[in-house]
Amino acid sequence: MPSSVADSAPGPDPSGTEPRSVGATIELEGLTKRYPGGALPAVDNVTMDIREGETVILVGPSGCGKSTLLKMINRLIEPTAGRIRIGGEDVTDMDPVRLRRKIGYAIQASGLFPHMTVAQNIALVPKMLRWPAARVRARVEEMLDLVGLDPGEFHGRYPRQLSGGQQQRVGVARALAADPPVLLMDEPFGAVDPITRDHLQDELIRLQRELHKTIVFVTHDFDEAIKIGDRIAVLRERSHIAQFDTPEAILTNPADDFVSGFVGAGAALKRLNLTRVRDVGITDYPTVSVDDPLQEIFTKLRSGGINEVLVLDKRGRPYKWLRRGDMMRAKGSLARAGALVHDTVTQDATLRDALEAVLTDNTGRVPVTGRRGAYEGVVDVETLMNSVHELLEADRLEAMDAQHDLQEQRAAQTHAEQEGFGGEAKA
Amino acid sequence: MNFWEYLESRHQQLLIDAYQHASVVFQCMVVATVLGVLIGVVTYRSEWAGNLATTATATLLTIPALAMIGLLIPIVGLGVPPTVIALTLYGLLPIVRNAIVGLRGVDPSLVDAAKGIGMSRPARLARVELPLAWPPILTGIRVSTQMLMGIAAIAAYASGPGLGNLIFRGIASLGSKNALNQVLAGTLGIIVLALLFDAAYVLIGRLTIPRGIRA
Repeated sequence: MPSSVADSAPGPDPSGTEPRSVGATIELEGLTKRYPGGALPAVDNVTMDIREGETVILVGPSGCGKSTLLKMINRLIEPTAGRIRIGGEDVTDMDPVRLRRKIGYAIQASGLFPHMTVAQNIALVPKMLRWPAARVRARVEEMLDLVGLDPGEFHGRYPRQLSGGQQQRVGVARALAADPPVLLMDEPFGAVDPITRDHLQDELIRLQRELHKTIVFVTHDFDEAIKIGDRIAVLRERSHIAQFDTPEAILTNPADDFVSGFVGAGAALKRLNLTRVRDVGITDYPTVSVDDPLQEIFTKLRSGGINEVLVLDKRGRPYKWLRRGDMMRAKGSLARAGALVHDTVTQDATLRDALEAVLTDNTGRVPVTGRRGAYEGVVDVETLMNSVHELLEADRLEAMDAQHDLQEQRAAQTHAEQEGFGGEAKA
Repeated sequence: MNFWEYLESRHQQLLIDAYQHASVVFQCMVVATVLGVLIGVVTYRSEWAGNLATTATATLLTIPALAMIGLLIPIVGLGVPPTVIALTLYGLLPIVRNAIVGLRGVDPSLVDAAKGIGMSRPARLARVELPLAWPPILTGIRVSTQMLMGIAAIAAYASGPGLGNLIFRGIASLGSKNALNQVLAGTLGIIVLALLFDAAYVLIGRLTIPRGIRA
């Protein structure tokens, strides 16, 4: 696809619809920021490797320097010491203006310029990179589409005519407009209401599945961190990394009291957010269709040695739970018999959602549906309990392993130190 | 001769004077705006430089107009030069002060965002900070113009151009039959001009302040 246009303009080619530039690695090496007059550095000697296409969350209490750390990556704050490499290239001494055009940047409360329209805001970086006008225009439409805003409707609006959630979407669109490999997000969803925040988080997860950027995301909300992060860096004061690991590992095996304090209560419950129904497997359950003759349903109930069947409607969607006694009481009419199905879940639902559904349904199980709500199986309370049990067991083993490794390491270290002293004594 | 007859017989001269008055105010405003915004841009980011600029221009304004022109005559002579210099200096204060206040009032998170997406310092100034500070700057320009309209009348003291000549002539010949008419015509002329300029500024505001930040 390299056309003369693409060759003449710097930056990746935004024409095709395929994901173009994917992420780049970010390596921080001994990054330190010391403010004049401050006794202690604001960020102290942080070393961190971020993989290509990974979403890394920097999470920590306010004032721990997480934003400072983030802003050093695009050098909004110049590091006092240390190196930054993006995609293997050392950018510590690069012209910061040029560097920042290659890094998407989204901040709290969107940071949209109020005197420019939505389209002008999104077009800023591509224009600075001197993309041809037609390409910029096409890109703006594409970006609006990508973040789920109708281009025709939102193109000419000013930021103040948008809701907080819409502004934030435009902010993300602007950050991604020039297709940068790296996206930095500084508490981007901090200023919107909880429901909108939830939507925006889902949206970001979807975007990331399509785009595979390298995202560094700062938040103080640990639940947000578990939800979007591939890996989470829990920072304590002066940006010291308390733990840098997957959400699962942090939840089940917090490195120390600081991390477990930050994870907060209910780690086991939060763990349920990380596993999907798909992972625990669904079980089959006897079903009948509303079209089946009554006699057949009777036979099924009696012969199967079960108390209950699931009745599906004409399109195969879960409709009613039918018990043995129900038929008698309803005098053989299906229309009046049984209890309607309250709630269903999909394969992608988290175990937490499934548990919620199971607990509110008095049958102790919830139907799992697929495309167009069609029945696929059920999840019951036993399956959930067993899988939670297994999860926790596995986590415990992992934790013991980790502990064991740690002890071995320490032992080896102690040993080495003692040897060292011994050596010195001899010399 | 009553006032209307006076206007009728002298309308040509009056129009010339009014035109010259408007012209000198307009030109001085252009210079003062460019200078004032420039001073604002250079000084707003430092606490003491900004305050110094505001205080200096405020001090200029406290010099009585007559004294200022009187002091300029021995240096630059009579006529247009002392008028232009005095008017420009007087015009600075509201513009400098509003430019500094406006530029300092730009939301720091927006400046941060502009930096973060890779805007250079000049681009930031031209595309984000000045457009956002433009409404207060325009207000400053408006106030400045109103002020200069009146002060420009005193330029006649240094044989400068404008409606001030009528007023001075009238005052000098008080008691003669046209004295009052002259003073009245000069003063009313200035008021009419000031109103016309103000209307023009409303229009300019409509045209230059983006819809997204219009109150």
